[in-house]
Amino acid sequence: MPTRREFLNTLVRGSILAGLGLLSGALIFRKGKERECGFDFNCKNCPRSNDCLLPRPLESRQMVWQLDPSRCIQCGRCATDCVLTPSAVKCVHVYAMCGYCDLCGGYFKPGTKVLDTAAENQLCPTNAIKRKFVEDPFFEYTIDEPLCIGCGKCVKGCSAFGNGSLQLQVRHDRCVNCNQCSIARNCPSGAFSRVPASNPTLLRGFDQKQTTTNIKQ
Amino acid sequence: MVFAVQRFPKPEFETGYLQPGTLLPSPRAEILAAMDVAILVLALSVISWIVLKKRSRKGVFWMSLFSLIYFGFYREGCVCSIGSIQNITLALFDHTFILPLTVIAFFIIPLIFTLFFGRTFCAGVCPFGALQDLVAFRPQKLGSRLNAVLGMVPYIYLGLAILYAATGTDFIICRYDPFVGIFRFNASFGMFVFAGILLISGIFIARPYCRFLCPYGVLLNWVSRFSRRHITITPAECIQCRLCEDSCPYDAIDIPVTTKDPENRKIRVKKLIWISLLIPFLTFAGGWTGSRLHITLAGVNSKVRLAEEILTPAAGQGQPESLGLTAYKSSGKAAEEVYSEASEILDRFYNGGWILGGFIGLVFGWVIAERMLSKWHTDYIPNKGACYSCARCVDFCPVKTDLSEIKHEKT
Ligand code: SF4
Ligand code: SF4
Ligand code: SF4
Ligand code: SF4
Repeated sequence: MPTRREFLNTLVRGSILAGLGLLSGALIFRKGKERECGFDFNCKNCPRSNDCLLPRPLESRQMVWQLDPSRCIQCGRCATDCVLTPSAVKCVHVYAMCGYCDLCGGYFKPGTKVLDTAAENQLCPTNAIKRKFVEDPFFEYTIDEPLCIGCGKCVKGCSAFGNGSLQLQVRHDRCVNCNQCSIARNCPSGAFSRVPASNPTLLRGFDQKQTTTNIKQ
Repeated sequence: MVFAVQRFPKPEFETGYLQPGTLLPSPRAEILAAMDVAILVLALSVISWIVLKKRSRKGVFWMSLFSLIYFGFYREGCVCSIGSIQNITLALFDHTFILPLTVIAFFIIPLIFTLFFGRTFCAGVCPFGALQDLVAFRPQKLGSRLNAVLGMVPYIYLGLAILYAATGTDFIICRYDPFVGIFRFNASFGMFVFAGILLISGIFIARPYCRFLCPYGVLLNWVSRFSRRHITITPAECIQCRLCEDSCPYDAIDIPVTTKDPENRKIRVKKLIWISLLIPFLTFAGGWTGSRLHITLAGVNSKVRLAEEILTPAAGQGQPESLGLTAYKSSGKAAEEVYSEASEILDRFYNGGWILGGFIGLVFGWVIAERMLSKWHTDYIPNKGACYSCARCVDFCPVKTDLSEIKHEKT
């Protein structure tokens, strides 16, 4: 014969269990915002597949942090506010957009006279950009990622004077995917958002699928 | 804002130069996240078995060491059950927020295990608890009054965390997470200082984060009070030898209150009336105070701050404009939009302030009430809410026989 206390306990336990069940049910089957695609559901070549607005199936719901280069104002906080030192945000060079300019707005400090690789001419504080002669008058620029601190100086230069082929991105081989990204909370332009892990980049201005190589970690 | 303008055409290379592709590293594979959940369930099952069936402190120790290494140093902390409170809250309030299944799992599963077996999660799965347990060398008794007062902090922390998550302002549990920096061997200076303070004070005050900060602990505490089974100090019957009295580093053992109802009825009724007046009063007073504070509370919200800055530009007073303002200007967003967003958030904070303040008042009243009304019981028992099921007290009990052993001897 259970005592009254035990009976009450069982009752409360049952209600807590039911409550937890209801909560998780509500969370799992919760309806997202009504979203519309606006395109013709031909996802394969969709130009907006990076920021698809349709609700996603459950299995691809793992989310990671990414920043949207078209909103970024290169404030420099990406370099300082990441929990990691150096930051998990790095400059990414989209070769497909690059003009291979001799006078690169991302490589040289404004007003540089002699276009050579002397350190004092370079915008990058860590000399992380490598300049290589391709053919007259073109130069290839490569980011030496271990050196890049994600300060965005080159990105600013490139988007002001060049094609905008240098863009900041969270690098997922470094990012530990904090529950709340500490750059996101301080980003003045609200450029950070959670994106699906299955499609974790937000490069802007070109068709990503054809010109990039995905490497597995 | 101008972005990605094709100022220079793409060159036509004549030397057969091959344009390199842009490397895009993938994030951690999704299957690993599913594995984390599986390991969580497995770890909880094993620790519950160790605590309730094996009753072995050694077992608990090794299990917590495993969790410290796996969930702490390997997984590097995120997402943890403690922080998941905020994801769950935000998901309930913001329908655009996508909640991964694993986060729901990390939030719900430990609560369910606790509902059946007590806080075994804290004993051997939570890496925070494991880390603090390792350094608890010289635990001191704090006294019940200090314990009660400091014990209210987690409620306030939980309330604030929910308020800030629900308004989409910040995840403060993650922001002031002391140990994640240790797990990653990489953190800001402030984080290391906080972790250092907690770990050093943790030598004398066992598990300071768990007892006086952890917001998830509040939920576990309440769920555990109604748990189906719970660790017991003695395997059979308490003989009141008092040997275990000082064994708990967390002051979680309730010592017997044997004088049944020391007061006469009149005093008891008086007390009850007092309490039933006090609790509603404190709840209301707290709510009122909270609602008065809503502007202060909302001050950290970036949208509210931006709206304030647009209204009263600081640049005129000789300060440089903030980066937020610069970004706002280059985004070309209308000021009205910012204002309406901000005022909506302020409304939420007003309501949230009432609820948060009321909640804190209620907790305050409850703590007072609990101390006024003594409960009668004869044995040394672990307090089901506060006990972390670490199994230290088990070794102190001289009663070693339990029924299964007797059977074993007979055969
Ligand atoms: S913090 Fe935001 S605005 Fe600043 S550099 Fe990073 S993404 Fe750009
Ligand atoms: S300028 Fe800054 S962002 Fe660009 S490559 Fe150098 S360190 Fe990286
Ligand atoms: S999620 Fe964490 S590690 Fe990744 S970029 Fe943000 S702060 Fe850095
Ligand atoms: S009280 Fe909180 S921090 Fe401590 S072990 Fe439990 S869940 Fe972890």
